[in-house]
Amino acid sequence: MSDAVLDKQVKTQKTRKRKVDPEIGVSLSWKTLKMQKQLVFMSVPIAIYLIIFNYAPIWGWLMAFQNYRPALSFGKQEWVGLQQFKFLFSDETFMMVLRNTIAMSFINLVLGTVTAIGLALLLNEIRAKFFKRIVQSISYLPHFLSWVIAAGIVATSLSIDDGIVNIVLMKLHLIKEPIMWLSEGKYFWGIIGASNVWKEVGWGTIIYLAAITSIDPSLYEAASIDGAKRFQKMRYVTLPGIKSTFVILLIMNIGHILDAGFELQYLLGNGLTVDWSQTIDIFVVKYGISMGNYSLATAAGIFKTIVSVILVFIANYIAKRLGEERLV
Amino acid sequence: MKAVTKSSGRIEPIVFHTINTIFMLFVVAITLYPFLHTLAVSFNDGSDTLAGGIYFWPRAWTMENYRAVFITGTIYHAAFISVSRTVLSTVFGVFLTTMLAYTLAQPQYILRKKIGMLFILTMYFNAGLIPNYFLIKQLGLLHSFMVYILPSLVSAFNLIIIRTYIRSLPAGLIESAKIDGAGEFRIFWKIIFPLCTPVLATVALFIAVGAWNSWFDTFLYASSDINLSTLQYEMMKLLGSTMSTNNDPSALAGNQHNQMQALVTPASIRAAITIVTAVPILFVYPFLQKYFVVGLNLGSVKE
Repeated sequence: MSDAVLDKQVKTQKTRKRKVDPEIGVSLSWKTLKMQKQLVFMSVPIAIYLIIFNYAPIWGWLMAFQNYRPALSFGKQEWVGLQQFKFLFSDETFMMVLRNTIAMSFINLVLGTVTAIGLALLLNEIRAKFFKRIVQSISYLPHFLSWVIAAGIVATSLSIDDGIVNIVLMKLHLIKEPIMWLSEGKYFWGIIGASNVWKEVGWGTIIYLAAITSIDPSLYEAASIDGAKRFQKMRYVTLPGIKSTFVILLIMNIGHILDAGFELQYLLGNGLTVDWSQTIDIFVVKYGISMGNYSLATAAGIFKTIVSVILVFIANYIAKRLGEERLV
Repeated sequence: MKAVTKSSGRIEPIVFHTINTIFMLFVVAITLYPFLHTLAVSFNDGSDTLAGGIYFWPRAWTMENYRAVFITGTIYHAAFISVSRTVLSTVFGVFLTTMLAYTLAQPQYILRKKIGMLFILTMYFNAGLIPNYFLIKQLGLLHSFMVYILPSLVSAFNLIIIRTYIRSLPAGLIESAKIDGAGEFRIFWKIIFPLCTPVLATVALFIAVGAWNSWFDTFLYASSDINLSTLQYEMMKLLGSTMSTNNDPSALAGNQHNQMQALVTPASIRAAITIVTAVPILFVYPFLQKYFVVGLNLGSVKE
């Protein structure tokens, strides 16, 4: 690019900046686009990439309204309207899958949040910096491991003949016989919840600890002048101080309430526990990929996406009404 | 705050801190025990492990488990695929995400909001597994190495983190470079990119961990092609085989490692592969720790 053009660009950008508020004033015109063509070259190809990989597949949603058969061309597919959705919601398996997904997701959300905040509060009270850092580093170590490794570790720890959980429980005389944890459905949700806490609690504390450190120290001083004890300070200063972080994370997580997780359930679930372990994602893989029922699996996927988006907007709206921080 | 906590009573703080310290040690123990146990099993004789009672330390030292793991060519190739996908995803992912973040951090860029919105929406909006599968198929990415790289190059979360960081840099830097006649790409590459090191370390770690740990894409898009198998996928297959055939030494050993049937068991092989798969991550994360704590908090800053 010649210097003259560059000069012109710099100049126009500067004058425009002075004249109009960039937040509202700049309209989408070919002239400005041309002026900013370097920025366009640097961003539009990536945006196109995004559209191809994230938005183009929406075209596949049409499958949910068809009785899709891979052998036929698109024009020859049989259109069935909402039949797939009707089938889905009258299907006992899907209802069970939905129940499992929501239950495990809810357990993970509540347990995960409570333990993360709890650990952050307690870590915050540790005065020896070195010890604090060691505990922290170790606590988020499992976050970096894959669910495959975690599942192996969970399976080993719960194993009937040499699992540490059974050994400890027996030594404490809480149980007489080793329990076959992974063979009984009633334990499954609890195992998933506990495994999630084990893997993610340390990671979850990072953000809360940062929020705690950013609380104005004078609030604590004022509280102690008023005679507040340690737990009162936690209750009346620290917890309100991390409220906005909590709300943002809650909104973000509510959108993922139908993502109870896939990997751990898939890896730990078996024929004996299938009524408790199967989630929507596993359902989709099973019906879609393994059985080739693409239409039904797509319908389940659409349901999941739409629920997520609606939930995020509702949560965001409520947060807005309550005067809290919000996401969108 | 320290002074404040000290002044509240005499006995209570001591009791509290003792209990708190014990609790923290408990947390550390629960987190670390499974690794130490796995490490011990991986160095312990397979048939001896079956007798039980291995906790922190191997009873009958052996390297056979690792030998058995490394005797098959599969594991080397899987490791090679894992390393390649991790390196390529990280390099391209970091570069492209930062470049995009740079453009979206420019307040005067007119497509800023539109492109930004497109990206934010993807955090909640997903076409779903089946439509994605068909897309991958139509793009000809099934059973190709690129399926590991292309679909997950730029994520909204990483984009927000980097953009927030770039916005926190002094605007005068970009302004003065422009006056000196530098083009946008030049500014990005010569000025912004080097300045972003701390946040890029964070994002690189996120991308690398994600790529290294992923097995589901292999399962979905490349499971029939042994040449595309990754370490995690090998782990996953092994997990499946050991979970269904609990404590049957011949199940796996019989298939692949006939010659050492007596020495290794599925459980001990799994322990060895777990260590092999986990060690690279365990080596990297302490070095990047100070960065990702900062990076994660930056990402949480509301704009």
